[in-house]
Amino acid sequence: MKKIRNTKDLDNYRKIILQEKYSEKPCVIISEKSTCCYLSGSKEVVETFREGLKKFNLDNKIDIKTTGCLGFCEIEPIVILEPKGIVYQKVKKEDVLEIITETIINDIIIDRLLYIDPVKGKKCKTEESMPFYKKQRRFVLGNNRFIDPLSVDDYLAINGYKALATVLDTMKPEEVINTIKESGLRGRGGGGFPTGRKWEYARKAEDEPKYVICNADEGDPGAYMDRSLLEGNPHSVVEGMIIGAYAIGSNSGYVYVRNEYPLAVKHLENAIKQAEEYGFLGKNILGSGFNFNIEISRGGGAFVCGESTALMASLEGKPGEPRAKYVHTVEKGLWNKPTNLNNVETWANVPLIINRGAEWYAKIGTSNSKGTKIFSLVGKINNTGLVEVPMGIKLYEIIYDIGGGIPDGKKFKAVQTGGPSGGCIPENLINLPVDYEKLSEAGSMMGSGGMIVMDEDTCMVDVAKYFVNFLKEESCGKCVPCREGLERMGEILSDITEGKAKNQDLDLLEELGGVIKDTALCALGGTAANPVLSTIKYFREEYRDHIENKKCSAGVCKALINFTIKEEKCTGCGMCVKQCPQDAISGEKKKPHKIDQKKCIKCGACYDTCRFNAIIRI
Amino acid sequence: MEITLNGVNVQVEDNWTILDAAKFYGVNIPTLCYHEGLSPYGACRLCVVEIGKGDRAKLVASCLYPVKGGLYVRTHSERVIKARRMLVELLVARCPQSKVLQDLAAAMGIEKVRFKPKNDDCILCGLCIRMCEEQMDAKAIGFVNRGVKRKITTPFDIKSEKCRTCGACIYICPACQLRCQGPDADTVLCGSCLNFSPSCLELYKDIMCYMDPCVACLEDKKLKKKDGNKKNE
Amino acid sequence: MAKPGDLLPKDIRLIDAIIKKYEAKKEFLICILQDIQNVFEYLPRKALIHVSEKLEIPLIQVYGVATFFKAFSLIPRGGHTCTVCLGTACHVRGAEKVLDKVKRTLDIDVGETTKDMDFSLKTVNCLGACALGPMVVVDDDYHGHMTQNKVNEVLKKYSTKI
Repeated sequence: MKKIRNTKDLDNYRKIILQEKYSEKPCVIISEKSTCCYLSGSKEVVETFREGLKKFNLDNKIDIKTTGCLGFCEIEPIVILEPKGIVYQKVKKEDVLEIITETIINDIIIDRLLYIDPVKGKKCKTEESMPFYKKQRRFVLGNNRFIDPLSVDDYLAINGYKALATVLDTMKPEEVINTIKESGLRGRGGGGFPTGRKWEYARKAEDEPKYVICNADEGDPGAYMDRSLLEGNPHSVVEGMIIGAYAIGSNSGYVYVRNEYPLAVKHLENAIKQAEEYGFLGKNILGSGFNFNIEISRGGGAFVCGESTALMASLEGKPGEPRAKYVHTVEKGLWNKPTNLNNVETWANVPLIINRGAEWYAKIGTSNSKGTKIFSLVGKINNTGLVEVPMGIKLYEIIYDIGGGIPDGKKFKAVQTGGPSGGCIPENLINLPVDYEKLSEAGSMMGSGGMIVMDEDTCMVDVAKYFVNFLKEESCGKCVPCREGLERMGEILSDITEGKAKNQDLDLLEELGGVIKDTALCALGGTAANPVLSTIKYFREEYRDHIENKKCSAGVCKALINFTIKEEKCTGCGMCVKQCPQDAISGEKKKPHKIDQKKCIKCGACYDTCRFNAIIRI
Repeated sequence: MEITLNGVNVQVEDNWTILDAAKFYGVNIPTLCYHEGLSPYGACRLCVVEIGKGDRAKLVASCLYPVKGGLYVRTHSERVIKARRMLVELLVARCPQSKVLQDLAAAMGIEKVRFKPKNDDCILCGLCIRMCEEQMDAKAIGFVNRGVKRKITTPFDIKSEKCRTCGACIYICPACQLRCQGPDADTVLCGSCLNFSPSCLELYKDIMCYMDPCVACLEDKKLKKKDGNKKNE
Repeated sequence: MAKPGDLLPKDIRLIDAIIKKYEAKKEFLICILQDIQNVFEYLPRKALIHVSEKLEIPLIQVYGVATFFKAFSLIPRGGHTCTVCLGTACHVRGAEKVLDKVKRTLDIDVGETTKDMDFSLKTVNCLGACALGPMVVVDDDYHGHMTQNKVNEVLKKYSTKI
């Protein structure tokens, strides 16, 4: 492949691709090139389709397109049959033959493979009819559906690198910055800082050389939006970075990917190589005279390296310790030079804004939060997946209309946003519109997009303890409030979950949380108290119950619960006896069994096993 | 340029930090990980001061924060004092044997430590590391591990080839200097060497002067003593 | 004369090749250490010393990096590495119970290796496969939808001693 030397050649090449390769051939779309889809067995489905189509002499007439994440993770592996757009869910390799003979050849729909909407009980044939997709606006993540992430031509066919061509041909760097400013794009990594303004500061900084960084150290547990973007559409991030580098005057870029995302690294390496081949990276990009290179560096397993100064320290070959940001990184960042760092999703929004215009973008969302945001909707929710929604959508719309509500008929209790820096939002705030300011006011934050739904079986004290322990593990240990404070908060929370605490401990927890928030050196420590303070704010009674009554009503805190067998319901089947690691259950066959409380270690294996609901937690 | 320090407009040099300005004007801000001859680190957070007004007020480390024209600084506001007391409480709980920490606790009027005492020796201020690197140019010791397991040592915990046994690290260490002999088993505090509790803080929620000790308090104490004696008579 | 713990000349050449791949740039220290660990299954002391010399980074800094990041191990690890995901979504779905069961079955704590060196136990804070949680990874195999009752059969696949 020869380098594309200018934007006119690019236009011509794009036309050729669209004519030759992208005719209206029917095609089978399978999301295989994504870590969790791969793990649910989509590889075998793809292989079986290849063999099957060949067997029926259809391999020349029907294409197979393997894509990245399609967003609806709950029903993976997904197979979409174009051009009719029929969606089959949870497809196993054993189903493939039937799909080919029934649907592809004979146009018959296989009912059992259709998705059933849990709210209305209706069967859905296409994406349009699925409530999951209805309220979404998949401008960024939606492109995953149309491209094989390993094919740059696929990306070009959906107008890939058109924004870059527009920028290099017709816009000065200041104009690019103004466009981003007018669009209202704010950092999608959690900080929410106006991107255009950040680029402007970086441009104005007087030192050289300048650096551009993509923060792909997605560390919030439960959030995997960045992974799916990098795996499914790496070129969109590359294109965004090139445009950003041009705008601020940088010739060197880094993508810092966390170690735990090997597939994302692989797809990104491939995309960068292709971009270099085609001339989108390197010297004299598209004949503009602008040079830019991107290198990939990997993280070593530290959540704190998602913090920009810690990330830069890590890139300098030092341990990932943050430093005070009294002098911003746009002035003194990597190697003390001006550095512009943005999150993966932020970069991916840039080509979209250039292509559709700032005005179009600014129409989506609320007055201060523009555009869409990708959330990972996980936890106790029917429709687990990645959802992209316009800012300002209400929480209940996401949880009930898109998410399909809580499984097993359980009651919604809280939704946790913003990862370990965020907080829990209770039922009475479920009408909250999702935007940066509203979430902060409620005591949480937007964060990178993790949205974890919790039900009546979740203990909020346990959730607070979980997050504090997480942060304690991940703290760099540099400053006193975070290192010492988190450890002590952890001790107090453990005491509460073990029934050893007193009411003053709750006050101490709040006091300590306040000081940590005020004095911590970086955002990890500064927001570390949020999960604790927000759960105390909205679930104080639950804390009191643990402390005063030594009770855990959600049935989670081991020291405060007992497992007992209800005689009336026990059939004496003995299944629980087999699972009990302590041999604590005894009883005759077909007669009600009993748990010896002295031997019981409260692991809950019996509770998980019993099919007659005979074991209860009190 | 001009900043407002505890309500007073003062002139400062362009390249100063808030701590530099405070020291110049005789305002005493407690520090642990700061030393004049070494680069500032900003880890102990004891030197925090409150800048800004109203909703936008926040605490920053004065040893690192550069002065800006018009900056509004309060070195001993209620929020700052609350923070410093909690930080010292956490530190004393970590190293009850450190005289420097016990003295700080006494100076702040901390009455008890509400956390289980550990028996650590090192407060991880990093002065020894910066001494070794910046003044002695040896780079023999450094921080190792992270979080609660963080400690200061040589590579692999064995004798380092770079270490010239100059002793500068021991010299600079605030926790090594003197051991406190008297932490109380109940409160974890000692308080024998230093006793100082400013009363203006209770009345005005802010230190009311720039001298340390505040003369007004001593006068107040003298009066209280006189009254006390009178009552006894 | 070679002492125990010394690297063989071919090991040194291998490390040099890794360093060359990354052009001896400091930005790739973590990547270099990861590649070295992939070969030796841990980070040998002499390897760290060698990297420090070649990249011109003070040894204490390299050692600091090697001990700061969870990805690195300075001691040889067990035959099979069992990693339990403790991300929030997995936690809410009962990952702690799975971890407890693994701990009881292998009789080790997180960060330890079984006496027969068969298994090492680690935890990770989110693999990004939340729809399949709770997640347990053994070597390069991902096992989703784990429950404590499935732990034994999964571990049995890797060792006959379970």
